[in-house]
Amino acid sequence: MSLALLVPPTPMINYFGYLFDGANWTFGGDSSIPDRLLQHIFYTLAALLIGALIALPIGLLIGHTGKGAFIAIGLGNLGRSLPTFGLVLLLVTMFGVYIWPVLLALVVLAIPPVLAQTYAGIRSVDPAAVDAAVGMGMRPLQVLFQAEVPMALPLIISGLRSALLQVTATATIAAYASFGGLGRLLIDGLNRNQYDQVLAGAILVALLAIVLDYLSAAIERAVVSPGVRQRSTRRRTRASTQTPAQEGAVSSR
Amino acid sequence: MITFDQVTKAFPGGTVAVDDLTLELPTGQITVFVGPSGCGKTTSLRMINRTIEPTSGTIAIDGEDVSTQDAALLRRKIGYVIQHAGLFPHRTIIDNIATVPLLNGVNKKQAREEAMQLLARVGLDESLARRYPSQLSGGQQQRVGVARALAADPPVMLMDEPFSAVDPIVRDGLQKEFLRLQAELGKTIAFVTHDIDEAIKLGDTVAIFRVGGHLAQVGTPQQLLDDPADEFVADFIGRDRGFRGLSFVGADKLEVEPVASYVDGGGARLVLDDDGRPLGWSVDGSPSPQPLAGTFTTQDNLRLVTDLAISSPAGVAVRVDVSGVADGVVPHEAIARHLTELRRESKR
Amino acid sequence: MITYVRNNYPDIVSDLVQHLWLALIPVALGALLALPIGYLAVRKGRRLYQPIINVGAILYSIPSLALFLMIPVIIGVGYLSPLNVLIGLTLYSMALLTRTVADALVSVEGEATQAAAAMGYRPIAQLVGVELPMAAPVLFAGLRVATVANISLVSVGALVGAGGLGNLFTGGFQLGFIEPIIVGIVLSMLLAALCDVALVLLQRQLTPWTRTGARA
Repeated sequence: MSLALLVPPTPMINYFGYLFDGANWTFGGDSSIPDRLLQHIFYTLAALLIGALIALPIGLLIGHTGKGAFIAIGLGNLGRSLPTFGLVLLLVTMFGVYIWPVLLALVVLAIPPVLAQTYAGIRSVDPAAVDAAVGMGMRPLQVLFQAEVPMALPLIISGLRSALLQVTATATIAAYASFGGLGRLLIDGLNRNQYDQVLAGAILVALLAIVLDYLSAAIERAVVSPGVRQRSTRRRTRASTQTPAQEGAVSSR
Repeated sequence: MITFDQVTKAFPGGTVAVDDLTLELPTGQITVFVGPSGCGKTTSLRMINRTIEPTSGTIAIDGEDVSTQDAALLRRKIGYVIQHAGLFPHRTIIDNIATVPLLNGVNKKQAREEAMQLLARVGLDESLARRYPSQLSGGQQQRVGVARALAADPPVMLMDEPFSAVDPIVRDGLQKEFLRLQAELGKTIAFVTHDIDEAIKLGDTVAIFRVGGHLAQVGTPQQLLDDPADEFVADFIGRDRGFRGLSFVGADKLEVEPVASYVDGGGARLVLDDDGRPLGWSVDGSPSPQPLAGTFTTQDNLRLVTDLAISSPAGVAVRVDVSGVADGVVPHEAIARHLTELRRESKR
Repeated sequence: MITYVRNNYPDIVSDLVQHLWLALIPVALGALLALPIGYLAVRKGRRLYQPIINVGAILYSIPSLALFLMIPVIIGVGYLSPLNVLIGLTLYSMALLTRTVADALVSVEGEATQAAAAMGYRPIAQLVGVELPMAAPVLFAGLRVATVANISLVSVGALVGAGGLGNLFTGGFQLGFIEPIIVGIVLSMLLAALCDVALVLLQRQLTPWTRTGARA
């Protein structure tokens, strides 16, 4: 039964036809919203995971030893200025219309924010606490995981969260290169001049992004120790530099 | 006992932070390293637990060369207290204190119970146990830092300017608590400060360092005050050496005159309450007495007595017994007489 | 590559120009709009801070294409108009810069502003004459981030008919040539770098007091 019956009959009903059409909400078939949704989520999380697996250890290493800082900061800046759309299309044009070039692009885009913020996080740790940890007799790995990482966690997670948004958004655009996901609705709708499909896609993608962001915020609250949480308005930020959290939190989408 | 044997620390740029240091820190006592910036006192301290490694020379704790031991295990046997406490913000107070025992494999419940006892020992309320460092004041954090250093009951403690980052009133309280703790525990302590008054107040032995990492003088606070080795030391110790030295002379042998001589009679009168406790001085018959600057007991020192005598309108310091009842007075001529007597005795 | 550039020079330049104004106008507009909102968030009681920041965060988490395509419903323009890109990017810039302005104003609270108030500065004059200049480093940092982000996002506009250099991406993809795509990426990054440098120079011009004193 079509949900369209529940919507008041105004001209606007045309826009929401696709969204409320029950046929689009079944699995299988080529206009399946759940399929696209799962696809989108799957590749987003996969790219994030792979990117994090690469960027986290490197970021921790650079932050802990202090060597190679220019890599972390430089890559962070590079990642921000790299046009995401261009990268996806470049790789697909080079390697063909498959999933793996898109996934590669997504992974490449996930790395800079995670790397930059992990590095910033470790650098932001109170040196007195690290001195105390070493002086008390913790071995290097214990210092890293029992002292530095928990203290750096807010920034590290902010890097992961901005990478998540970045990848979600880029996966949307990748539909142009025949990638699946919810972006498919947008692209197909545009091609066929079916604005209700486009709108359905836009609303769903926006909702997905918001929900993912909200969930990651909840995870952050659960994982970060109450003693370390940043309190933005009460703490005075130094006027000379942007707080690293805010810088890293911006990514292209 | 901690021994430094011809220890030198030269940094790659050429700076010599510590130059051929030979020094003994007696067991169970507080040895203070003091000196101006750049004199090598902190570097020397950190070479004891190997957070800095010497370029040459040996450091030994109870005869064992520290460089032969596993650095991490060595440090777990040495308490380490630093200037801004360096507490872990992500752990509760109780877990902060229990850090070293947990590292050593003690089970969590037991470690936490022992930590609670330490919390009480450093004078903190147990309601603070589950809070986080950011919720505590600077002075409280510093106490937690000390508790944390004591957790594994190490025989040796290193303290690097532990009381410098708090305000003077809090610092005074912390110093008194620290001396009380040390009286109970008797640890071998190496203490770094840039404040000569703190060194004199706390140290059993004081080692004054000169810029460039040389020892200028080592001795008890009294020795340093009475007999500075050279101009640098005299300058560093500062003015009023003689007067400050009086804080090491006890008031117990001071002769007192009876209280009655100042209760009646003209001039300034000592006003007592019904139990005999001093209320103040009544000058020229005025009805409300001026309050006393303070009183002293036989446990106090001559410096306090002199100050009290000077600030009293009658030129007299009032002694009280343990219950606060006035049991003697000391005019400042008596103090001068006492000092002359002491000088005569010391010359014999 | 060189031959490609030589042959298509006029198209590339027009794409570049379109890219520039599609990226920069929203930043300027967004900054102008963010000033009063950021001010409200921190100066009229802190209760407004969290809600405003939250709205900004939600807005900012929406992927660009989705935002560009939702706007036509709301304002009734066709969905292939550059206006969508302009409005969308303005919204993004606003979301980002409101937070920047709010945090900047919080960071300059302190002795200087108390002194200014005690000297008799009225709020607006104090804002313009004291607080904003002091907050300039933070503000410029935010502007730089917003500008670079926008430059990257404009290319997505190619899908709604207003993409600047993004047209090179779609063109290259459709024809199977990587040259246009590479040219587009390089130019986009160069543009970002140039704008960044320009902003830094502007900042130095406007805040001469930050140039000295570092030698102290």
